[in-house]
Amino acid sequence: MVQFSLWDIFTFLLGALRWTAALSLIAFIGGGLAGMGLLMLRFTKLRGVGTAVAWYVQIFQGTPLLMQLFLVYFGLALLGMDASPLVAAAICLTLYASAYLTEIWRGCVNAIPKGQWEASTSLALTYPQQMRYVILPQALRVGIAPTVGFLVQIIKGTALASVIGFVELTKAGQMISNATYQPFLAYTFVGLLYFALCFPLSWWSQRLENRRLA
Amino acid sequence: MIEFNFVTVLEQWPMLLRGLGLTVTLTAISAVLGALLGTACAWARLHGGSVLKRVVGAYVELVRNTPFIIQLFFIFFGLPSLGLRLSVEVACVLAMVFNLGAYACEIVRAGLQTTPRGQLEAAMSLALTPWQTFSRVVLPPALARIWPALVSQIIIVMLGSAVCGQISAEELSQAANLISSRTFRSFESYIIVTAIYLLLAIALRQLLYWVGPRFIFSSR
Repeated sequence: MVQFSLWDIFTFLLGALRWTAALSLIAFIGGGLAGMGLLMLRFTKLRGVGTAVAWYVQIFQGTPLLMQLFLVYFGLALLGMDASPLVAAAICLTLYASAYLTEIWRGCVNAIPKGQWEASTSLALTYPQQMRYVILPQALRVGIAPTVGFLVQIIKGTALASVIGFVELTKAGQMISNATYQPFLAYTFVGLLYFALCFPLSWWSQRLENRRLA
Repeated sequence: MIEFNFVTVLEQWPMLLRGLGLTVTLTAISAVLGALLGTACAWARLHGGSVLKRVVGAYVELVRNTPFIIQLFFIFFGLPSLGLRLSVEVACVLAMVFNLGAYACEIVRAGLQTTPRGQLEAAMSLALTPWQTFSRVVLPPALARIWPALVSQIIIVMLGSAVCGQISAEELSQAANLISSRTFRSFESYIIVTAIYLLLAIALRQLLYWVGPRFIFSSR
């Protein structure tokens, strides 16, 4: 039987951590771009568009991420695409992140006083101009702390990609646990690695929030 | 053309119903225990000794910065090697309670901290004991203030319980897994179960918004 040293386990998990980080970044960037688009749609005066976005958000916030992953995974297969677990997880987490980020940023835009909208309307700015030059720059200052906080939620969300067979940190932990018969050790290590990734972000988010309120 | 066959899946309704039952039970137990744990931790973080404050703070940060699935695996697969063997359902409840407890701690703490000073002074001048002050004067309005956030967190934990199927707890998402492998109608199974989760989330929010003001922080 092959023996694994603690160092072997640690380096294996560290390798898998890269995939957790990569998947998180894809979801965060993709979700950020899509979320920004949805945010623009959320505040248009077009009838029905804002409501549609609200439902999109409600569906993603009201269902388990695990079920969303399964749906995307089997849905892509149904469409005839032979999607790898990475592609399915990346698409699903991007959609998930876009819904949450839209909702977070909507709160920030709502925090902008109504007078700003009225003033920019009276200056004959078009809706995209209003957003670009007046509303979003102010909303950004409110939004940065919760956005960083949400990054933590994405990182934790990528753990579920293990369930559809993508080898990231959680899956690697399961493999180590099965190979060494030391689940306690494996999951402690994995937990600590997640903590090492997430805690600095949580701390940073908290600090940004405190500084904004101060 | 893609053909859907929802009937085959819906014919397995007893399984869906059993799964729904377990999801609701797990959520109900862990919502009550988790909220209590969270309130106790919030009290400890504000009024406890310095050691207690640190311990609770470490617990909160550890839970909030690791994925739920790892917490669940740690409890179910990891703890037996320390001699603590738990049944699937107990492991799920424990994981959910500890998870909700940490988030609820921060939510309730935010509510407690915004208590106006005058309220405390008034309670003191009425010679209320510290326990009376906390349970009668500080806590009910604090809960009323943070109720929406706490309800959202309970819903997040309910949705998170889908992960419990991974240690083969026969809750709703596991019902989807079983039906999917039994009928080969994966997409339809997950669509139906996802819809049930969505309805459950909406219903749970309405229920808690109704229960809260009447029974938990009633103004009488």
